[in-house]
Amino acid sequence: MKNALGAVDSVLLLGGRSEIGLAVVELLVKRGARRIVLAVRGETDAPDLKALGAEVHVVDFDAARPESHGDVVRTAVDLVGDLDVVISAFGVLGDQAVYERDPVSAAHAVAVNFGGQVSVCLHVAERLREQRHGTLIVLSSVAGVRVRKANYVYGSTKAGLDGFAQGLGDALHGSGANVMVVRPGFVRGRMTAGMPPAPMATTPGEVAAAVVAGLREGKETVWAPAVLAPVFALMRVLPRAVWRRMPR
Amino acid sequence: MTFLTGWGRTAPTPAQVVRPRTTEELAKLLADRPRRGLIARGLGRSYGDAAQNAGGVVVDCADLDLGWSLDQESGTVTASAGTSLHDLMSALVPRGWFVPVTPGTRYVTVGGAVAADIHGKNHHVDSSFGAHVTSLTLATADGSIRVLTPGDRLFWATVGGMGLTGVILSATFTCVPVETSRFKVDVEQARNLDHVIELMAEGDHRYRYTVAWIDLLATGAHTGRAVLTRGNHALREDVRSAAPLAYAPRPLLTTPPWVPNGLLNRWTLRAFNEAWYHKSPRVRRGVIQSLTTFFHPLDGVRDWNRLYGSRGLLQYQFAVPDEGLETLRRIVARLSAHGVASFLTVLKRFGPGTPGHLSFPMPGWTLALDIPAGVPGLDRLLTLFDEWVAAAGGRLYLAKDSRMSAETLRATYPRLGEWREIRSSVDPDGVFRSDLARRLGL
Ligand SMILES: Cc1cc2nc3c(=O)[nH]c(=O)nc-3n(C[C@H](O)[C@H](O)[C@H](O)COP(=O)(O)OP(=O)(O)OC[C@H]3O[C@@H](n4cnc5c(N)ncnc54)[C@H](O)[C@@H]3O)c2cc1C
Ligand SMILES: NC(=O)c1ccc[n+]([C@@H]2O[C@H](COP(=O)([O-])OP(=O)(O)OC[C@H]3O[C@@H](n4cnc5c(N)ncnc54)[C@H](OP(=O)(O)O)[C@@H]3O)[C@@H](O)[C@H]2O)c1
Repeated sequence: MKNALGAVDSVLLLGGRSEIGLAVVELLVKRGARRIVLAVRGETDAPDLKALGAEVHVVDFDAARPESHGDVVRTAVDLVGDLDVVISAFGVLGDQAVYERDPVSAAHAVAVNFGGQVSVCLHVAERLREQRHGTLIVLSSVAGVRVRKANYVYGSTKAGLDGFAQGLGDALHGSGANVMVVRPGFVRGRMTAGMPPAPMATTPGEVAAAVVAGLREGKETVWAPAVLAPVFALMRVLPRAVWRRMPR
Repeated sequence: MTFLTGWGRTAPTPAQVVRPRTTEELAKLLADRPRRGLIARGLGRSYGDAAQNAGGVVVDCADLDLGWSLDQESGTVTASAGTSLHDLMSALVPRGWFVPVTPGTRYVTVGGAVAADIHGKNHHVDSSFGAHVTSLTLATADGSIRVLTPGDRLFWATVGGMGLTGVILSATFTCVPVETSRFKVDVEQARNLDHVIELMAEGDHRYRYTVAWIDLLATGAHTGRAVLTRGNHALREDVRSAAPLAYAPRPLLTTPPWVPNGLLNRWTLRAFNEAWYHKSPRVRRGVIQSLTTFFHPLDGVRDWNRLYGSRGLLQYQFAVPDEGLETLRRIVARLSAHGVASFLTVLKRFGPGTPGHLSFPMPGWTLALDIPAGVPGLDRLLTLFDEWVAAAGGRLYLAKDSRMSAETLRATYPRLGEWREIRSSVDPDGVFRSDLARRLGL
């Protein structure tokens, strides 16, 4: 259960090796979370979380196999009981040029980033609705706020996901459970390795700090860094002819 | 579904609130075995999530077989669990009887008083509520109704058991004979924490009721300066009144429904604390005070918890044994240094506890402070205090708690294992469940 100061006990991380996701979990553990489930493809070990005193469980999870998602959530509940926080942090960035050359790979990315998210988040929502408390944190991206030509496959999956997560949040409104949509900008890390950082680049740790602060305040939307909210309010209204010329 | 919180108005969760009128209606609810369990609720005066049950059933006990009776000879009262101490006092005092224990508010139920094994200003003399209970009726998970007496293990698992052994239906307890409804009170200022500790250790035994209010915002040599209020039931000859037992409390003010966050901040509270300290006399003896002034000054303002704004408040209350005095000093010093704004901070001496497995009081000292939940750095500060309190052999009060960790609970309630054993023998499937129980793995 979330306590009076916003600390929680149990956490399910979907995409259990995600750098951003793990940074959030680590912060939650530092603030008292003790029962952690990491949902990953294959194996993982989380020595850092264990060293901080958490009990860590690993369950098998493939975002591209929606028929297995119900079991993933049920297994997590069997392991730790009520889910106080669920972080949906899996996703693939891919390369726009490759997607254009190989549309099948683009469809796979959509199946993971959007289809997989929709499927697993619906299962999570069903559980949260039953327990009448808990927060689902969905990792969207500024890339989906206004889709750019430089990465419109990835961007459109995030646009879809962002819309889905907002709708789900509204559907859960009043149930006691809620959804937080997180929109990071460029995050230096594994996913963006080798890419030149965009302006206002941030780090997984900073995103995690913003998420955990938002959790405490019960926020529905978190931008990381926060300045991206006004920046993208502006970006959204730029004329198409200008937007089209955005270099990347 | 209705959203519920405790008095602190933090961490709301929805539950299906039902208000059975009879034991049969309650038995039917239990027979349904609600998927997410069931918990009893009194007047919701616990600060945290003890009387909440997300997605489950919350049994409001207000109408449950409502009624009470007094044996005028012996002062023995049998009251339904939903009876409030407010109603009881209004009826008992004019008849010359006083409840054995009253907390800082009258708006608590008999069920809540037993389930939290509440204490009052007389703990150093009279122990806690459970010590005065001679029998209880309890509806347990199997639907049976058990009459329990202090010889039963389940009795002491229920006293202080926070509703997790079953629904208390009624309690029989012994009251205190009084000649008047007033109190004869001595008020003294203490320069600092050491001074108040000295005054209390030396003189508390002369009074049935004692409490010290601490000004946490005083610093330096004044750290922990206090106003000590101690009294006894006034006798007939102390009161010049034709109706010495007259007692008719009325709430005075109502808090507006919306209050901005941060109204109670360091500055407004400093002003309040300054005024409170300086308005009190350095020493005044034999002041006659009414029951409400002496025990329940805060009940004069209805819903004062709303003054803390939408983020709500929490109360940190810990107890430490006498050997833990140094921990008390460290915590007060740290709070003062941190400038934590607290409206009312009270220090109290505890006498012997009850055999309740999860009962809070232990011989020693207890400090309680209300804090706005939005204070930055609060989490870290209180977690640090948890560690100090645990190391000193102390503990935190479940009825006030809204944030401690399961680890702290395990480390500070040595009889938790025994309690769990009894509880799982009467409720093997965990029908009785609350948000507090989930949060702390009770
Ligand atoms: C201003 C203020 C001052 C206070 N001062 C003190 C004080 O000086 N000393 C002190 O000890 N406490 C104090 N308290 C705390 C209060 O006395 C306890 O929290 C008490 O339990 C509240 O009773 P309630 O009827 O409101 O119960 P609730 O808050 O509704 O419930 C409290 C617990 O009792 C259980 N419970 C309630 N009814 C039943 C029942 N019929 N059967 C089984 N379980 C039941 C609930 O499940 C829950 O676990 C204070 C609270 C406030 C707001
Ligand atoms: N990094 C950024 O700049 C940035 C910016 C905005 C938004 N985001 C979003 O934030 C989230 C987390 O990103 P991150 O930076 O933490 O990236 P990351 O470290 O690469 O994490 C993404 C995780 O998704 C997992 N994943 C991919 N496909 C999967 C599948 N089919 N089934 C199960 N898991 C799968 C990966 O698992 P493996 O470990 O098995 O590969 C990986 O652990 C993503 O949704 C991302 O789109 C990132």
